[in-house]
Amino acid sequence: MNAAPAATRTTYREALRMALREALARDPRVFLMGEDVGRYGGTYAVSKDLLEEFGEERIRDTPLSESAFVGAGIGAALAGMRPIVEIMTVNFSLLALDQIMNNAATLRHMSGGQFSIPLVIRMATGGGRQLAAQHSHSLEGWYAHIPGLRIVTPATLEDARGMLRTALEDPDPVLMFENALLYNLEGELAADAGAVDIDRAAVRRGGSDVTLITYGGSLGKTLQAAETLAQEGIQAEVIDLRTLRPLDDATIVASVAKTHRAVIVDEGWKSGSLAAEIMARLMEQAFYELDAPVARVCSAEVPVPYAKHLEDAALPQVPAIVEAAKKVVGRRV
Amino acid sequence: MPSLGADMEAGTLVEWQIQPGQEVKRGHVVAVVETQKGAVDVEIWDDGTVEQLIVQPGQKVPVGAVLALLRAPGEAPGAAAPGVTAPATPVPAPAPAPIPAAVAVPPTAAPRVKISPSARRLAAELGVDLATVQPAAADGIITREDIERAAQARKPAAPQPADWHARMRTAIAAAMSKSKREIPHYYLATEIDVTPVMTWLAQENLKRGVSERLLAVVPMMKAVALALHAVPGFNGFWVDGGFKPGAAVHLGMAIAMRGGGLVAPAIHDADSKNLDQLMADLRDLINRVRGGRLKSSEMSDPTVTLTSLGEQGVETVYGVIYPPQVAIIGLGKITERPQAEQGQIVARKMLTATLAADHRASDGHSGALFLAALGRLLQQPEQLSKTTDQKLSQ
Repeated sequence: MNAAPAATRTTYREALRMALREALARDPRVFLMGEDVGRYGGTYAVSKDLLEEFGEERIRDTPLSESAFVGAGIGAALAGMRPIVEIMTVNFSLLALDQIMNNAATLRHMSGGQFSIPLVIRMATGGGRQLAAQHSHSLEGWYAHIPGLRIVTPATLEDARGMLRTALEDPDPVLMFENALLYNLEGELAADAGAVDIDRAAVRRGGSDVTLITYGGSLGKTLQAAETLAQEGIQAEVIDLRTLRPLDDATIVASVAKTHRAVIVDEGWKSGSLAAEIMARLMEQAFYELDAPVARVCSAEVPVPYAKHLEDAALPQVPAIVEAAKKVVGRRV
Repeated sequence: MPSLGADMEAGTLVEWQIQPGQEVKRGHVVAVVETQKGAVDVEIWDDGTVEQLIVQPGQKVPVGAVLALLRAPGEAPGAAAPGVTAPATPVPAPAPAPIPAAVAVPPTAAPRVKISPSARRLAAELGVDLATVQPAAADGIITREDIERAAQARKPAAPQPADWHARMRTAIAAAMSKSKREIPHYYLATEIDVTPVMTWLAQENLKRGVSERLLAVVPMMKAVALALHAVPGFNGFWVDGGFKPGAAVHLGMAIAMRGGGLVAPAIHDADSKNLDQLMADLRDLINRVRGGRLKSSEMSDPTVTLTSLGEQGVETVYGVIYPPQVAIIGLGKITERPQAEQGQIVARKMLTATLAADHRASDGHSGALFLAALGRLLQQPEQLSKTTDQKLSQ
C-alpha cells in the first residue's frame, strides 16, 4: 500500500504561485504580464520571486495602461502564445473592458471560428480591506453576462492550485477572479494537488433544509453560517458555484429539489446581478420545487464605503446569512 | 346517498365540502363518501344553495337516503322544509323562479389559497384538498409540511389495507355473481389486423415527446367508441326489463389496482374526444385510481366496459359484464402471426378482439356486426386521429 501523499500547510497565495510556476515551467508559450508583477512581486505578492526564476521575457512589468496590456495579451494569444494577464483589481479592469468584451470575447465569432483567444486574465476582486470604492467592488457578475468568456472564481486552496492549468487549456478567454481576502487563507493542500475541472459547481457541505448558493470570497462566510445554523437544527447545503459562466444549473436545481429552499450569497449588488440570474433560473427550472421565496444576501446598493463599520455593514456577513436562511426555512424553527 | 356502482347498498359520509348557505353549481364536489371501492368525491347534479346538511360525517346511510337539502335558484329560504322525507334528489322549485328585480351582489370569489409551488404539487400528488389544510404558520402560507400533516391526518379515516382489499373483493364478488346469475352472456371473437394502426402509431409517436406519446390502447378506445355508435345495442343499460341506450359513450376502463382488485371508471364521452384527450384522460384516471380518488360520476356512469389484458401476455380475454351494462369488449395481446394475403404468407400484427354481450339486449348477429365495424375502423388510423366526430363510422 502506498501512503497517501503528504499534505502541506500552505496559503491561497502560495497555491496560486505554485500554479503559475508550474504553468511557466511546462509550457514555453506561457508568460505573465501586468502591473508590478515582476520587480515588486505582484500587488498581492502572488508572483513574488518569479522574475528571478523565469526572467524578464516571461515575467513582464507593464505600464499603468490596462487597455494596452490586455490588448497586447489578446494579440499574443492570437499569435499562438498562452498569456496570463494580471489586472490589479476588477475596478481597474473597466479600463480594459473594451478589449475584453469587443475583442477577446468576440473574435472567435466574428472570424467565423478562424481565430481563438487562449488568454487567461487574473484579477483581484471584493471588499473588506478598507480600500474604498475604487478598489473594493465585486464586478465578476458583470463579466458573467458576456457570451464568449468563461468566468471562474477559485474559493479554496485546491481551486487556486488547479484552476489555472485547466483555464490555460481552454481555447477561449478565461477570467479568473481572486477575492483579495482569500490570499492569506491557510490550509492543507495535498502534495499531488493538480488540475481541477472548471465546469461544475461543488457541494461544499451537505444539508437537507435549505440550499445556500455562493462562490469566491463569500464561501467561507457561508460555511460559517451553515455551522451556526446546524447548531440551531437547520441543515444547510452549501454550493460553491466555482464557475459563474457557464453556470452549472444542474447542481443548483438538484440541490433545491432536495431542500426546496434557497438563499443566494453574493458580494455583488442585487440589481441586474448574478444573484438575480440564479433566482431567474430557479424560477424557470425549479419553480415547482420551491417551498418558500428565494432570498438573497448581497452587498448594500452603495459604493463600498471606506470606514470600517460602514464597510462591514455594506458587505454580506455571517449573521445576515444566518438570518436570511432562518427566515426562508422560517416558521418551523 | 348516490349509487356509486350497481352493487352499492350503503355508503359512509366521510366529509362535507360545502356549508349551509353556500351556492353550488352542477358538477361541484360536495362530499366525500367511503364505499367498498374506496373514497369517492360526490358531485352535485343541480345548481342551488345549500339549505341544510342532514347526514353527519361518519354516518353510514343506505343508497337513496337524503344527505342534504338544496334550495333551487330563486327559491325562498326555508321553502324546502327540513325534516320531510325528501326524495333522493332535491325538491325542484314548483315553477321557474322569477328573475330577482334587484341585482344581487355577485358572490366574491373565495380568496386565493396562499401556498408554495412545491406544496401545491405535493397536494395534487397526495390528493389532499387544499380547502382542508390548515397552515401552521401565522402568515397563512401552506407549505409542504402542512400538506404532509394533512395527508397523515387523513390516513386513520381510510380503511386499513387488508380490510379494504377484503371489502373490494366482496364488492367484485357481489357484482360478478349477480352478472353471471342474471345475464345470459354470449361470446364472440375475431382476429383483427392491426398492422396499419400500429405502423401509424409508431410514426406518430416518433414526432412526439416522451410525455405526449400515445399508448396502443388509445386508438383502440377511439375505435371501440365509434363502433358502438355504428352498431347500436351495446352501449347502455339493461333496466326494468328493457334496454336503455346511453346518450354518449362513457367508456369504462378496467384498471387493475395495486395490491389486487380492479375498478372500471368511465372516460366520459369517449366517442367525441380526440386521441390526445383520450390519452390525457386515461393517464389521469390511472393516476387517480392508484391514488384512490375517483369521482362519483366516473364510478356510476360507464355505459360499456373495455378490458385490455394484452400487456399481461394474454391473447384472448372473455369478459364478465358489469351490471347493469350489457357488453364488455376485450382486447388481447398484439402478436405477429402468419397471414395468407394474395396467395402469399406474410407476417402481420394481429389482435384478438372479443365481445361478451347480454343476450337479452342484443343477438349474435349485431355482435358480429359490431366486431366487424371495430375491425374496419382500425384499418384507417388516420381517420381515428382526425375525427372527433362520431359519424365517421359509416
